Amino acid sequence: MKLSHLLATAALAVGFAGAAIAEGHEKTKVGFVFVGPVGDGGWTYEHNKGRLAVEEEFGDAVETVFVENVAEGPDSERVMTQMALNGADLIFTTSFGFMDPTINIAAKFPDVKFEHATGYKRADNVSTYSARFYEGRAIQGHIAGKMTESNIVGYIGSFPIPEVIRGINSAYIHAAKVNPDVEFKVIWVYTWFDPAKEADAAKVLIEQGADVILQHTDSTAPQAAAQEAGNVVTFGQASDMIQYAPFPRVSSIIDDWAPYYIARTKAVMDGTWVSTDTWDGIGPGMVGIGEITDAVPADVKAEALAMKAAIADGSYHPFTGPLNKQDGSAWLAEGETADDGTLAGMNFYVEGIEGDIPQ
Amino acid sequence: MIRIEARPQPSAMMAYATPVLAVLLTMVFGGVLFAALGKDPFQAIATIFWEPVFGEFSFYYRPQLLVKGAPLVLIAIGLALGFKAGIWNIGAEGQYIVGAICGAAMGLAFYPTESVFIFPLMVLAGAVGGCIWALIPGVLKVKFGTNEILVSLMLVYVAEQLLASMSLGLLKNPEGFGFPGSRNLQQYPSAHNAELIANTGMHWGVVAALIAVIFSYILLTRHRLGFAIRVTGEAPRAARFGGVNPSRLILFCLGVSGLLAGLAGMFEVAGPAGQISIDFNVGYGFTAIIVAFLGRLNPIGIVLAGLLMALTYIGGDIAQSQLGLPAAAIQVFQGMLLFFLLALDLLTNYRVRFGTPEAAT
Repeated sequence: MKLSHLLATAALAVGFAGAAIAEGHEKTKVGFVFVGPVGDGGWTYEHNKGRLAVEEEFGDAVETVFVENVAEGPDSERVMTQMALNGADLIFTTSFGFMDPTINIAAKFPDVKFEHATGYKRADNVSTYSARFYEGRAIQGHIAGKMTESNIVGYIGSFPIPEVIRGINSAYIHAAKVNPDVEFKVIWVYTWFDPAKEADAAKVLIEQGADVILQHTDSTAPQAAAQEAGNVVTFGQASDMIQYAPFPRVSSIIDDWAPYYIARTKAVMDGTWVSTDTWDGIGPGMVGIGEITDAVPADVKAEALAMKAAIADGSYHPFTGPLNKQDGSAWLAEGETADDGTLAGMNFYVEGIEGDIPQ
Repeated sequence: MIRIEARPQPSAMMAYATPVLAVLLTMVFGGVLFAALGKDPFQAIATIFWEPVFGEFSFYYRPQLLVKGAPLVLIAIGLALGFKAGIWNIGAEGQYIVGAICGAAMGLAFYPTESVFIFPLMVLAGAVGGCIWALIPGVLKVKFGTNEILVSLMLVYVAEQLLASMSLGLLKNPEGFGFPGSRNLQQYPSAHNAELIANTGMHWGVVAALIAVIFSYILLTRHRLGFAIRVTGEAPRAARFGGVNPSRLILFCLGVSGLLAGLAGMFEVAGPAGQISIDFNVGYGFTAIIVAFLGRLNPIGIVLAGLLMALTYIGGDIAQSQLGLPAAAIQVFQGMLLFFLLALDLLTNYRVRFGTPEAAT
């Protein structure tokens, strides 16, 4: 039974490959599978900007297609299969939850290249890529620590996965460095994009005394809630969210996927594409820091920009010892920096953050 | 002048005609919507309804109709039993989640032992889990007279939190580098709800859905209990005089619908989805409510309605990537379907008369 199943799968794969070749397209076709709507103003919005940049760069030589609001699971497998069947040469899947589906479908279409954002599973035709958002979080933490008067910083967490925990740690370390009395309150909303839930979380945090809100979710709802409250500082997440500047939004972390998408599309066109793992930060430009507005005191702004420059040229790493874990055990010695492996799987808070990571 | 007057008897012809009419009206108004978005309406409608079934790649999409339709049908069959009796289980989504958690937990408890007994045990666990979750509003209603609509709906959110907690804690893959989500059951042969015949989409969930349809049909048309369900829905007082025990009926209807929803969740997690993850549920429990009504609460109708909904999902995704239609337009299109169906229900119980009434006012 196993063998027959295997054979059938192989036959299907050959059928798929044949169908894809039969298309006989000369344009390079690039597909994008989005977890949210392209109008979310955050995560998916920026990925879609990357897609548009690919179109602009290569003009008629490429054709891009996308499907938005794709549920993680069997639905995403169907969408990827459909793109591959319709002749896509390169498919970007832009949410962590697309990881296993991407690997499954990539196995059925060995000639199609896949790029999965924020995951850790790779194959001969599957690359992974992500951005070092924690570098931007360090700058946010610095500004937050300086600007809070209640010494309470609210943090809207999406899912307690390493990427998000890393951001909380990085922001806390740098806030506590300039303001030892600072306290972080984290609310987990278990969604990447849900304006209603994000607004509720922001309001709860504000009621609990937070006068700075950091968010790791994609909508502008927390910005709107802060604006309503009047005296609460926020930061744009994933996208610039400039419509809330100069206050409450005082700066932002911007994901800039365009250079990466253009480079990878070019590699497919040139036939030089190989499976890689990319993790870029402020230096290569994958993470951008949105304009720091005048609501931030000039000296704080200067310090933040200095930190940005130091991170960009590699002279400063946001996770530099001495740092202890939350339970007080030693993590990094004086001057030691965190290795990528630990950062990639980070599942602990640093010393000083109260509360538990949901388990 | 146009008047609307009550029919002495609900029209049987209209009861069958309205779903078809609703689909046609949806196509017309959907076409107008797509045209307003600057797309060729005929091409868009054809992409949604024709492409998955008869298009170039239908060899792939047809099995997907079963994969997508099976959980909808399985859940809707259970819901329809209750709806017929006026018992409103709105929380199938939660029962679906709990069934999946219980089924997956049972399988993972045995990991990595291989045995033919594991999968049947998982099926049992999924069914019991969903059933118990649905019996909570049932028991509360029977004992304390609470509203089952509210309680079952609220329990969906409880189940979602439970799902998140399981993905991050108890069921988390120990080899997952700290990322949330369980082991992938597709890579655990004894627990994998694989396709029974490769590339047909036919997995145990499809089989279970077909069995449920047959049993539900027999129950409703041939069995005393089915009669009790119908009478309770149509004339509760008469049912009580006729010796129907309302408490038992409530527990039966909620229990069975929970059981079927739990099974749907279990087959999904062990098959197409593969793993328990925070975003495991995608709304089958809520869409099944539409399917149940679109199918006129009739088992055969539900099969057709389930396949139709599956078609709009699959065709909708194709239309998105091939024609660049926004996802929201597809959702509006699906919403129209339910809207027209409910609006046209008027025609079953009322008729439209033209001209002034003969009896002078």
